[in-house]
Amino acid sequence: MKVEPRLHFHNLLLKTPFHARTSAANLLNQWGNWSGYTTALAFGDEAMEFSAIRNAATLYDLCPMVKYRFTGPEAAACLDRLTLRAASKLSVGGVHYTAWCDDAGKLLDDGTLFRLGPEDFRLCCQERHLPWLLDSALGFDAHVREETEEVAALSLQGPCSASVLQAAGFDVSSLKPFRMATFPFGSGTLMISRTGFTGDLGYELWTTPDQALALWDHLMAAGRAWGIRPIGSNALNLARIEAGFVITNMDFIPADQAVREDRTRSPIEMALDWMIDWDKGHFNGRRALLAEQEGKTSRWAFVGLDVPGNVPATGAVIYAGKTREAGFVTAAEWLPTAKRNVALAHIERKYMKSDLWADIYALRELQYARLMLPVTVTERPFFNPARKRATPPGRF
Amino acid sequence: MPSLDCIVIGGGTNGLACAARLARKGRRVLVLEASGTPGGGAAGGEFAPGFRSPGLAHIVHMIDPRVADILALDRHGLRYHTTSLASSALAATGDHLRLDGAFGASLTGTIGAEDRAAWADLRARLMRFAAALAPFRGLTPPRLARASGNDWAQLARLGLGVRRMGKTDFREFLRMFLINVWDVLNDELSDERLKGLVAFDATLGSWLGPRSPNSLLLLLNRLSGEVAGQQGALALPKGGMPAVAAALASAAEAAGVRIRTSAAVARIDVVGDCVIGVTLANGEELRAPRVVSAISPKTTLLSLLGPRHLDTGAMMRIRHQKSRGGAAKLHLALSALPDFMGADPKTRLVIAPGADHVERAFNPVKYGEVPTAPVMEVVIPSAFEPGLAPDGLHVLSAVVQYAPHAPKAGEDAARAAMLEATLATLESHAPGIRKLIVGQEMLMPYDIERRYGMPGGNWHHGELSAEQMLFLRPAPGMAQYASPVPGLWLASAGTHPGGGISGASGWNAAGRILQEVRA
Ligand SMILES: Cc1cc2nc3c(=O)[nH]c(=O)nc-3n(C[C@H](O)[C@H](O)[C@H](O)COP(=O)(O)OP(=O)(O)OC[C@H]3O[C@@H](n4cnc5c(N)ncnc54)[C@H](O)[C@@H]3O)c2cc1C
Repeated sequence: MKVEPRLHFHNLLLKTPFHARTSAANLLNQWGNWSGYTTALAFGDEAMEFSAIRNAATLYDLCPMVKYRFTGPEAAACLDRLTLRAASKLSVGGVHYTAWCDDAGKLLDDGTLFRLGPEDFRLCCQERHLPWLLDSALGFDAHVREETEEVAALSLQGPCSASVLQAAGFDVSSLKPFRMATFPFGSGTLMISRTGFTGDLGYELWTTPDQALALWDHLMAAGRAWGIRPIGSNALNLARIEAGFVITNMDFIPADQAVREDRTRSPIEMALDWMIDWDKGHFNGRRALLAEQEGKTSRWAFVGLDVPGNVPATGAVIYAGKTREAGFVTAAEWLPTAKRNVALAHIERKYMKSDLWADIYALRELQYARLMLPVTVTERPFFNPARKRATPPGRF
Repeated sequence: MPSLDCIVIGGGTNGLACAARLARKGRRVLVLEASGTPGGGAAGGEFAPGFRSPGLAHIVHMIDPRVADILALDRHGLRYHTTSLASSALAATGDHLRLDGAFGASLTGTIGAEDRAAWADLRARLMRFAAALAPFRGLTPPRLARASGNDWAQLARLGLGVRRMGKTDFREFLRMFLINVWDVLNDELSDERLKGLVAFDATLGSWLGPRSPNSLLLLLNRLSGEVAGQQGALALPKGGMPAVAAALASAAEAAGVRIRTSAAVARIDVVGDCVIGVTLANGEELRAPRVVSAISPKTTLLSLLGPRHLDTGAMMRIRHQKSRGGAAKLHLALSALPDFMGADPKTRLVIAPGADHVERAFNPVKYGEVPTAPVMEVVIPSAFEPGLAPDGLHVLSAVVQYAPHAPKAGEDAARAAMLEATLATLESHAPGIRKLIVGQEMLMPYDIERRYGMPGGNWHHGELSAEQMLFLRPAPGMAQYASPVPGLWLASAGTHPGGGISGASGWNAAGRILQEVRA
């Protein structure tokens, strides 16, 4: 909700356009700070919330996600130079997952890029980058602005999400993954993209703040039969680990925020090198990344690990041969759907062929129990259902 | 057209020096110069019917000894009236102070014994410090990153050279290195004429007043130059600065360089992240695997190359390179030799009646305004030789500070105000001079930018100041003559060691290119 800028100190955290509904639903009154907004960590039973992501339908308030708009004849060219993938090859109505680097080829952030029109893009990400983006637009016939506060967005995820949308009057049966469509809604429009952060069938819904509450109410009513429920960030985090997704500032530090020289990561080191379009012309960090690739100088690998037992390896240090420090864990969970104990970890490349061990400190009744467990590198995602990709989507 | 190894953009002294060095090593080099004659700041031109200016630059004090000797500029016609031009620190009362020899080795005029002794001491110290810095001019600035191709052996030798000045001197060097010249002058001298002249010399061509931090460093830089083996000396070429341009062009051509004038480069062409050549303003495409830009790095990277070939960070660093020019150039056509109250017209005439006076002349330009009492150095080339002016008539050339590069009042109004303030100042030191004027040209920094392509009209193609020197010149990460784009090199005064009619940047860049070291 818009706060008079002069009075910002009354509200150190802003409220999203859905706050009236999320606060009414938040039985636990558990809140966290996401990019300066008050957001629910959990509404009630976290396990039920997670279960709804995988078995029913869920609503998640996406408003705090930082959104930038790129417009103008050279918006695509500007994004080609800014990001790793070729924005110019993205078709209108399409979305892709991308990332961008500084001059040294170190990651600044990742995000999703929506092509709303031939000369119109929306870039969604975790951190704020306006100065960098404005600088990057210099010399291009393109205009960049932040539009976080102008967009109200909800994520509708779960196997029943298509059914809920159908019941709500939005026919998304032909909408393929990473595509979007626009529908009339209320006094304006609603844009629906088949995107999400759960690795499951799901959609993201985009409208203006004035329509926010009506949209929430409409979806909650339409989804009642499928057990739709709001979820908080904790349940979502579990789902994203199952999906093997990374989060900026949780799995890597943006290069412009890193204080310690060795904390920055290249996309190659974060296993995002599949994104790099070497042939599209120059882009930020290209020369450094090419040198890294040709010189094989990448220091780190970002991997999924299988961990024995059921104790999450949260924050564990990884050892090679139990003695030499080889890396560390940035996210770890026992996965309820996949029924696996996994971790996301940075491992120094030179130790990738060694036997790896996780040094886990498990807090049990005020006391740490220490476990040294053998771990093995495994494929991501840990959970990858066919229903995520099926078009038309399954009617559950 | 025969295939080329290298295209050099800009036929100024740096472009010519660079091209000549490359050609001497067997490279096929083409220099592209936008204007009708090579020379850049050294080229002259007719500014009034029958009157020619001695160039934008008018005094040689920095010419790189490698350029002068190896290219044998004397054999290509370069002669000097004097390589030990004296300076007169003018007083409106006629009580002038004359400085002879390099940087005032001896003083003539009414000046107290205490000041004489203090000056001898200060001068000697500054000359020693500057001498210790001089070898750095010929060096590729070191980089602090690993594997950056530094010449460690040479660096160690230079470092040792600085250390060898002895403990007391070294401590004093460290104390003074980043100090402002005003403090030094007021600590050590009392004569206002002397203080004014040194304050003027320290800040000439800069965007600093004498009281600005680090202003002494620019004086040390100036004194680290040499002419004909004399450190800190001033020289006046026969025929003016265009003679230096002509000698350099002739030496370059003798080495095999082709020079094309009236060939303005509009674009640097890149394919697959490699430079392939340039496109001229007339659309003509020229191809070479290497392009050396001897025009300002800012213009090169932002206009000719374009931001899309650069990473955002590098682009912003070069965009943020400060390039404010504060020096204006006045050319007067005179019907007779003016009389500066008895001052020797065959000296450099400096009107800077005190260090505070210089500072006060700087104040207005910070706000885009014109000073009412500017400071200046005046040369009357026609007092030495006929040629630039019709027989019996005279040419006066003056560098006047400080002129706003972005005037609030508008360009024409500021130029008129600057001209009036300058002429009024001249009149008070040479009564009657205004009546002798038969033609005039006042070049403001923005005029200089337009005519010569120096951004902001800045003397050094980007301010020379502590934070834009050595490995920070022109911008961090680009200080070793290599641009970020493979095949594109930088060689103008905007690179280390900075401006002046010198050729040092071009010569250094050529050395780097011959080694093909890219950090
Ligand atoms: C007012 C003033 C007075 C000065 N007085 C002195 C002095 O007395 N003594 C001294 O030593 N120094 C003096 N200088 C400094 C000196 O003039 C410069 O530092 C010096 O000229 C720099 O040499 P350069 O070769 O790097 O560049 P420049 O001399 O500027 O030469 C660059 C050349 O590139 C050409 N060019 C530009 N754009 C293009 C293009 N797109 N395509 C092709 N060609 C192009 C220009 O026409 C020019 O010929 C003075 C400077 C100023 C502003």
